[in-house]
Amino acid sequence: MSTLALPQPAGARGALRWLRANLFSNWPNATLTLLALYLLWRMLPPFVDWAFLDAVWSAADPKACRAAKGEGACWAFIAEKHRFILFGTYPYEEHWRPALGILVMLALYTVSALRRFWRPRLALYWIAGLALIGVLMWGGVFGLKYVENERWGGLMLTLLLATFGLAVAFPFSILLALGRRSQLPVVRGFCVGYIELIRGVPLISLLFMASVMLPLFLPAGVSIDKLLRAQIAMILFAAAYLAEVVRGGLQGIPRGQYEAADALGLSYWKKTALVVLPQALRISIPPLVNTFIAFFKDTSLVVIIGLFDLLTSIKVSLQEPAWTGFGVEAYIFAAVVYFVFCFTMSRYSQGLERELKPGARAGALRDA
Amino acid sequence: MSFSPRRRRAALYQIGLVIGAGLVLWFFVSNTAQNLESRKIASGFGFLSREAGFEIGETTLLAYGAADTYLRALGVGLANTLRVAIIGVVVATLLGTLIGLARLSSNWLMAKLAAVYVEVMRNVPLLVQLFFWYAIISENLPGPRDALSPLPGVFLSNRGFAVPMPEAHVAWWWMLGALLLGIAGAIGVSAWARRRQAATGAQFASGWAGLSLVLGLPLAVFLAFGAPLAWDKPALSGFNFTGGAVLSPEFAALLAGLSIYTAAFIAEIVRAGVLAVDKGQFEAADSLGLPRRRATRLVILPQALRVIVPPLTSQYLNLTKNSSLAVAIGYPDLVSIANTTMNQTGQAIEGIAIIMLVFLTISLSISAFMNWYNQRIALKGASR
Repeated sequence: MSTLALPQPAGARGALRWLRANLFSNWPNATLTLLALYLLWRMLPPFVDWAFLDAVWSAADPKACRAAKGEGACWAFIAEKHRFILFGTYPYEEHWRPALGILVMLALYTVSALRRFWRPRLALYWIAGLALIGVLMWGGVFGLKYVENERWGGLMLTLLLATFGLAVAFPFSILLALGRRSQLPVVRGFCVGYIELIRGVPLISLLFMASVMLPLFLPAGVSIDKLLRAQIAMILFAAAYLAEVVRGGLQGIPRGQYEAADALGLSYWKKTALVVLPQALRISIPPLVNTFIAFFKDTSLVVIIGLFDLLTSIKVSLQEPAWTGFGVEAYIFAAVVYFVFCFTMSRYSQGLERELKPGARAGALRDA
Repeated sequence: MSFSPRRRRAALYQIGLVIGAGLVLWFFVSNTAQNLESRKIASGFGFLSREAGFEIGETTLLAYGAADTYLRALGVGLANTLRVAIIGVVVATLLGTLIGLARLSSNWLMAKLAAVYVEVMRNVPLLVQLFFWYAIISENLPGPRDALSPLPGVFLSNRGFAVPMPEAHVAWWWMLGALLLGIAGAIGVSAWARRRQAATGAQFASGWAGLSLVLGLPLAVFLAFGAPLAWDKPALSGFNFTGGAVLSPEFAALLAGLSIYTAAFIAEIVRAGVLAVDKGQFEAADSLGLPRRRATRLVILPQALRVIVPPLTSQYLNLTKNSSLAVAIGYPDLVSIANTTMNQTGQAIEGIAIIMLVFLTISLSISAFMNWYNQRIALKGASR
């Protein structure tokens, strides 16, 4: 035996073999690889120089940044303005309150991501969590100073718009999805009309509607503040998109489940609550998370109607004469913040999708 | 005829819904009427024929001046929306297809780079990307006097991109005619070849014949006119460029943002479409002895397209709706001009109604096309 064993050809081992198989398998491939390497070599080192090596990390005086302009990034701008970017114009000495609020929100997200908690009780956690955030942000009780919501802002506001938007839109979207599949023609017509109308127009037009048209709809003397109006528009918008995802989940339930529930003599609402929805929501969680991501990104649009979210606070910081001209750094920072949130959610949704695949579903359902 | 309790309840629910919705609507309408009256705003679309009185920075497709009407201003906005959307759709499709295929490539580096592109672009809001491109162009590019010139005749500056354009010539119209004739000829040839193949089995390279008709006829006309090609090159005069075509910084940033963002989504759609074709199909085409290219054209592509086209059109629709973010960087699209109009006239309801109507028309026509297409490509005889 051992006499027959020849040594492996030199090129067939380890790193070299990997290189040949994956980068230089044939001429076109080798050309592409070299081209890509050349481009990376041209672009990466200058970028690293600009973003890290030659960057100004902290400076009491923007002049240091001005001097380095063109050669190094000015991260001192972010360092200087980070409190404003995170919390907007919230009273400075009370910043621990929105900071705690952000932690509560992150805790809510984490709990909702764990399958152990996918039970009706989760809704209670959400109600309690949101109430706690409301108390923290508004104050006025337990010795907390009252802060009117015109002063809320920054990353906190972005998270608030997204969180409250989703929390309110979600139950609403379930009703819409059920309505769209209802036997009653009038109910179905209403839901189809609503969903298609909202999905057919850009979010901007809904935000404009909320900021200029909604005040006209209300009786004279009644006014809703701008934040709430934008929040209503975002809820109306999110509900239509979420409803389509939930409808996809409803369509994924085998007919036998409906028939079995009917055979047991369950009423429509019992059938829906006990048999259909638990299954439909479970299979629609990965696409729901994708819709959450899209919605989280869309909250940035409130900058156009002048609400003070993450992006607006960055833009306002840039308007300060000392700091104009550092837009690229500022928007890279905004992009990184959004990316961290969205990428985490998208990775989570991909992992979930793998686990909930038809083959794995039986096991996944049993574990839950 | 008596109703069962169930049907009676159903009828009751629906009547209740109609009455409830009617009450809410009546509440809003009566409040609005009262509010408008107290603010002395006359509703209606009469304001459209009044003089707009504001300038628009970008009027490539429709002539417009401040003395023109609001209607014309909105028309300019719509033209600008369609301009950026159509160019954006083309660029995003090309870029997205390339990246989608790169992600499937056996070349590890290419696949990774494409994956990084997709993940970064999909997870950063479009608005942030727009602000970023706009900041790059308006803050980091030099002024027109020391504009970058990567190619002769092309100038990049913080006033936008100036590129040379061929000068207009009468031969162009003849070339356009020749092109249309060539397309008609190619369609005719391919129909003839298909009929002949069905009747006799003989094949004919209709693709090549058609291609040479489409390209050859305009080229022949071009040469017959003595190849009249003069370039109108941008040149610095005063503080800005004249001549050639100038893309404004706003347009360039919006186009870059929309195409780069949407390309990431299109790349994923293309990838999913190719992956959706069963491996057996490739093998079956091979075992029939089809050459690689014909296997792609006759077997793989039709099946991949069936998966790709529906989500692709919804991306086109998204791109068109997202072009409304132009208002944030000052590109005068429909939404931005409607916004100015609303601020000047106070006709908020009418302004928003116009925006919604235009976008609904666009989305409904795209869905109508989608339905037609889905019926056309639906698996024939799948119901058997």
